Amino acid sequence: MWIYEKKLQYPVRVSTCNPRLAKYLIEQYGGADGELAAALRYLNQRYTLPPKVIGLLNDIGTEELAHLEMIATMVYKLTKDATPEQLKEAGLEPHYVDHERALFYHNAAGNPFTATYIQAKGDPITDLYEDIAAEEKARATYQWIINMSDDPDLNDGLRFLREREIIHAQRFREAVEILKEERSQKKIF
Amino acid sequence: MFTTRKQYEPYISPFDPCPPIRVKTYVTAPNLYVGFQPPNLPQFPLREALMKGTLWQVFYDPYYSPYETKTKGDGS
Repeated sequence: MWIYEKKLQYPVRVSTCNPRLAKYLIEQYGGADGELAAALRYLNQRYTLPPKVIGLLNDIGTEELAHLEMIATMVYKLTKDATPEQLKEAGLEPHYVDHERALFYHNAAGNPFTATYIQAKGDPITDLYEDIAAEEKARATYQWIINMSDDPDLNDGLRFLREREIIHAQRFREAVEILKEERSQKKIF
Repeated sequence: MFTTRKQYEPYISPFDPCPPIRVKTYVTAPNLYVGFQPPNLPQFPLREALMKGTLWQVFYDPYYSPYETKTKGDGS
């Protein structure tokens, strides 16, 4: 069970009404390497990993939900007051026809979220390597969004999220080290 | 120590349709170099750490768009 804190992990500021940026950001919402995929992946894998690393996946999976909420806030702020004309210019008219201004779990190309984005193999090293790859992919995605964005306030929030991906990848790498460790730590010769 | 940006020069054809990008960069984040985190690493002050996204100075590696700011994405 979770306890909800009614605030964002990091303040989300947006300087301009820019639906096109929302279109890019939705990749991190309902895309293959997005925050939803990350949260569901870790929170599901955690059951069948060795006890020493379960807590890590629990904590990171929970933090991903906080990131999901930040992305949702960014997308919402970027689109909430946009006119249908502006949405059309941003290439969001298919989204508008289906969802109006509501958020939806799909990627930047409009493909709906699918569980095939994630995996749980039951082999600890396999699952942790997938998690490391997922964090690095998310980090790269944030870089490409920052490159495409001209909104300094938004980029500030994206930089925070990207830094968290680096830390998560670091912790997953440490989890691999924990599982690699030779059993007998007392080296008596 | 290590650097978190690497560069390479791709092959440029005389028949490329677009003006060539002569130097390509990519990121090699600190998590590739540190291994299992050693104890007693330097920390940021707590309030600063909350804004930076990490408590640990060694893992702080912000990314800026090379197209937008004077702080280049290639880390220079």
